[in-house]
Amino acid sequence: MQFESFSDFISMGGYGFYVWLSFGSCALVLSSVLISSLFDGKRLKQQVRLQIEREARIKKAQQEQAV
Amino acid sequence: MWKWLHPYAKAERAYQLCNTLLPYFTVITVVCLVVGWVWGLAYAPADYQQKDSYRIIFIHVPSAILSMGAYSSMAIAAIIALVWQIRNAELAVIAIAPVGAAMTAIALITGAAWGKPMWGAWWVWDARLTSELILLFLYFGVLSLYHAFEDKKSAGRAACILAIVGVINLPIIHFSVEWWNTLHQGATITKFDTSAIDASMLWPLLINIAAFAGFVGVITLIRLKNEILQCEKHRPWVRDLVSRG
Amino acid sequence: MKISHSYWQLFYAVYKKDLTLAFRQRAEIVNPLLFFLIVITLFPLAIGPEPALLARMAPGIIWVAALLSTMLGLDKVFRDDFNDGSLEQLIASAYPLPLSVLAKVLAHWTTTGLPMVLMAPVFALLMNLDSQLLSAMLLTLLIGTPLLSFIGAIGAALTVGLQKGGILMSLLVLPLYIPVLIFATSAIDTSSMSLAYGGQLAILGAMLAVAAVMAPLAISSALKVSVS
Repeated sequence: MQFESFSDFISMGGYGFYVWLSFGSCALVLSSVLISSLFDGKRLKQQVRLQIEREARIKKAQQEQAV
Repeated sequence: MWKWLHPYAKAERAYQLCNTLLPYFTVITVVCLVVGWVWGLAYAPADYQQKDSYRIIFIHVPSAILSMGAYSSMAIAAIIALVWQIRNAELAVIAIAPVGAAMTAIALITGAAWGKPMWGAWWVWDARLTSELILLFLYFGVLSLYHAFEDKKSAGRAACILAIVGVINLPIIHFSVEWWNTLHQGATITKFDTSAIDASMLWPLLINIAAFAGFVGVITLIRLKNEILQCEKHRPWVRDLVSRG
Repeated sequence: MKISHSYWQLFYAVYKKDLTLAFRQRAEIVNPLLFFLIVITLFPLAIGPEPALLARMAPGIIWVAALLSTMLGLDKVFRDDFNDGSLEQLIASAYPLPLSVLAKVLAHWTTTGLPMVLMAPVFALLMNLDSQLLSAMLLTLLIGTPLLSFIGAIGAALTVGLQKGGILMSLLVLPLYIPVLIFATSAIDTSSMSLAYGGQLAILGAMLAVAAVMAPLAISSALKVSVS
């Protein structure tokens, strides 16, 4: 461990703002890319599911009409 | 080899391959990212000249390397897509582009945040920073061209052509910018010599590079899965997959 | 389909057709030039009229203006042919598409790049440019503007099928223009220091040679994507 105390670790020898700015923005960008990719997948699957349900409903209605 | 590779041109097999690979990449990424960041931030010794500000190197260098690496893999996928007419390779081009752009953005932001304490300015027209900025424009070009087309089939092929044109130009741009810079400013900027780096700093750096490469892999796999689903969404196998949960 | 004419005849026919069309609507030739002039007028108004400052910035200003005014005409290169269907005929014909593309790009250069080269001495006067720099500027424009046409036509071909292709095309093309800008302005800068600027010109020429071979291929595959 290079730092004496936790506040030393935060201040980074006076460069804390720059170091934490870069690590923070890096974490932000990485997580937003990850979340948006995962969310896209969820939304796509949801779309397909809705489409299947819709077709099932249409089919059912058609059968009821035929009867 | 072709016999072994060819089934993966089929969307369903490619989707399954993505699913098999994804856990490995996720584990590598998470482990390397945690180890790399903790080691880099807390355990690596401070630089004798730049003190603790040099710790930005542990994300700046990996993201810069991966921004170029992602562009070249995108171009390789584009060449495969155009030469062998493989649709999945086209989708891979589109899957890589956003994460490549993200890597470029990180390299730029961290470069600026490192430049402020070291050079006294958020932005200098340094050769590497400038060509990184142009790389970001190239990524945006590919992405916005893809999203401008209604028909996703021609969108994919247009994006492939642009990616290839870009990769031919990238070295020309890079060298011209480097040359422009030395001509206009002279070597005012002391560059961080990575080859002379001490092992205690090199190891966390390498681990971070592995982490970022793994991250690019994870996002590419997730997005490739999405793209495959998107263009195959009327096929029975996708319906089976979704209704199975 | 049969090939009944020589390739040279095809090249000449396409080139002549584009030139004739451009000369019939003279706005196509005049407007980029006027735009070039107006952009150059804006700079002294924005940064101040000191002759020394202007002379220092002249190469950059003239080249940025040349870049922007080339962009203006680019959208038209394939747009009209795309709309009236003759582009499809060119693609479907038995003749090699890169050849007719080459003719079209050269026609674009003849109607936008060449007038700029010819008018450049006048603009140089406006910017207080030294007469010894004039030859350097003329040479870079002469080699550089066809290069701009070749690279720009790739972007035009990629976006020709889109409704609002104009802004997107500038986004695609401008980053690719950067090397041309760097070498051209540095050639002029070098000549202002009375040094030999043959190296930069040679690099520009090499880029032009590569672009003249590769760009028609890229443009034709982009056109095939856009038309299909």
